[in-house]
Amino acid sequence: MDFILNVPRRLLFHFGRYLLLMKTAFGRPEKWSMYWKEIMRQMDDIGIGSIVIVVLISIFMGAVAAIQFIYQLDGQLIPKYYIGYIVRDLAIIESAPTITCLVLAGKVGSNMAAEIGGMRQKEHIDAMEIMGVNTAGYLIMPKVVAALVVIPMLVVISAFVAILGGYIASVGTGELTGAEYTRGLRSFFLPNNVNMMFVKSIVFAFILTTVSCYKGYFVKGGSVELGEASTQAVVFSNILILLADYIIAAMLTG
Amino acid sequence: MIRAENIVKSFDDTEVLKDISITFKPGKTNLIIGRSGAGKTVFLKLLVGLLQPTNGKIWYDDVDFTSLEKKDVRQIRMDVGMLFQGSALFDSLTTEENIRFPLDMFTEMTTKEKRIQVDKVLERVNLEGSNDKYPSEISGGMQKRVGIARAIVLNPKYLFCDEPNSGLDPKTALLIDELIRDITYENNITTVINTHDMNSVMGIGDNIALLHLGKLVWTGNKAEVLESDNELLQGFIFASPFLQRLRDAALSKR
Repeated sequence: MDFILNVPRRLLFHFGRYLLLMKTAFGRPEKWSMYWKEIMRQMDDIGIGSIVIVVLISIFMGAVAAIQFIYQLDGQLIPKYYIGYIVRDLAIIESAPTITCLVLAGKVGSNMAAEIGGMRQKEHIDAMEIMGVNTAGYLIMPKVVAALVVIPMLVVISAFVAILGGYIASVGTGELTGAEYTRGLRSFFLPNNVNMMFVKSIVFAFILTTVSCYKGYFVKGGSVELGEASTQAVVFSNILILLADYIIAAMLTG
Repeated sequence: MIRAENIVKSFDDTEVLKDISITFKPGKTNLIIGRSGAGKTVFLKLLVGLLQPTNGKIWYDDVDFTSLEKKDVRQIRMDVGMLFQGSALFDSLTTEENIRFPLDMFTEMTTKEKRIQVDKVLERVNLEGSNDKYPSEISGGMQKRVGIARAIVLNPKYLFCDEPNSGLDPKTALLIDELIRDITYENNITTVINTHDMNSVMGIGDNIALLHLGKLVWTGNKAEVLESDNELLQGFIFASPFLQRLRDAALSKR
């Protein structure tokens, strides 16, 4: 019974502490130039460092989507060019923002939690605090800002590459002609879907960076606890991303 | 000057520090000594504001440090330098970048001025020419000296050292002690050192405070250690039969 009662209590505790950390993290920087330098470094880490994995995953996402729908629609009265339309919308609305951010939560989020947690354990954060640095601000804010700029860019790349993957899988295997696939890509386009993609990518980027930084910032103990914090950062980020995905979809398609 | 007034610190139901009042004077090396678990590190963390006391006040000159707003605490910390037990150097930065970090963050110095200041403190800690080395490329003793250089680069009024000699050989430990003492005297810094190194106690102990199970049980200086009849002090400083024989020999010569 105590365990059951403790769950909402702990959730409230973590949510409150998360909000307070965010308030401190987005305080006025001591020196903009130092924060700017850190934002640039983080953009490089998150953006350039993740391009290969995002491209690889996206090309297969698009290819698999195309193959699956060719299989599903085989022998039905739906025109073949619909494959291009389905792959495009699937990439823009769902796979590019959601799958990319779930993968980034694993790659970037766990890295952030481990980096900040390691700094906590090696007393680097204490050293900065004693110097007078707003450690939450200096360590978290540049990561969040960098992610908010770079992750939507990665998502756009992911969408394009997924569509290309679909093209390779469907046209390359002779299931569709290039003209059919392109016709599908140009059919029934709703600009609002692109807005939804950007809304999702920005919200997911915020979730995956702040949750990961939160888990790292308050890590206690040794290497086992650091590993746990890193894992929890990924797990909680993924759960919250999927929850946000549902809420955004419900709100923007209603 | 730093003054602790009736400091009490509890973690849950455990009282770790019990009503400690003490004054640390400027231009002196003030040592806090005691066995492991006596509360030294907790007390040091309270003094620098990394922990908040359950009860009592800490004064930096005439400023009540314990009731300051966060931004005012940061202002005081501009005058504080700290050497950590594990040095707490940032692994990804070179020696020069580590030392320059507080200058980058808090001053408007030009690159040339910063370079001059970094070289000055590196020379002071006898590490000329080590600018481009990373922490992993230098010895433990050198890391401590870089830590000291970083702690004094902003010309602090207060210097805190947590176990400055831990993990060092006796000769290097002596050099670190002498370096801290000389810097304290030269700049009239209020230095507080947390140690259980007996060489430090007898070598640089201008003011010594012995903590035992969270209580302040003895204060004095290195000259008074030999003749004190405090059993806890004698049992702590002259713990081994060899040291006891040395003490007896020294006393019998008087």
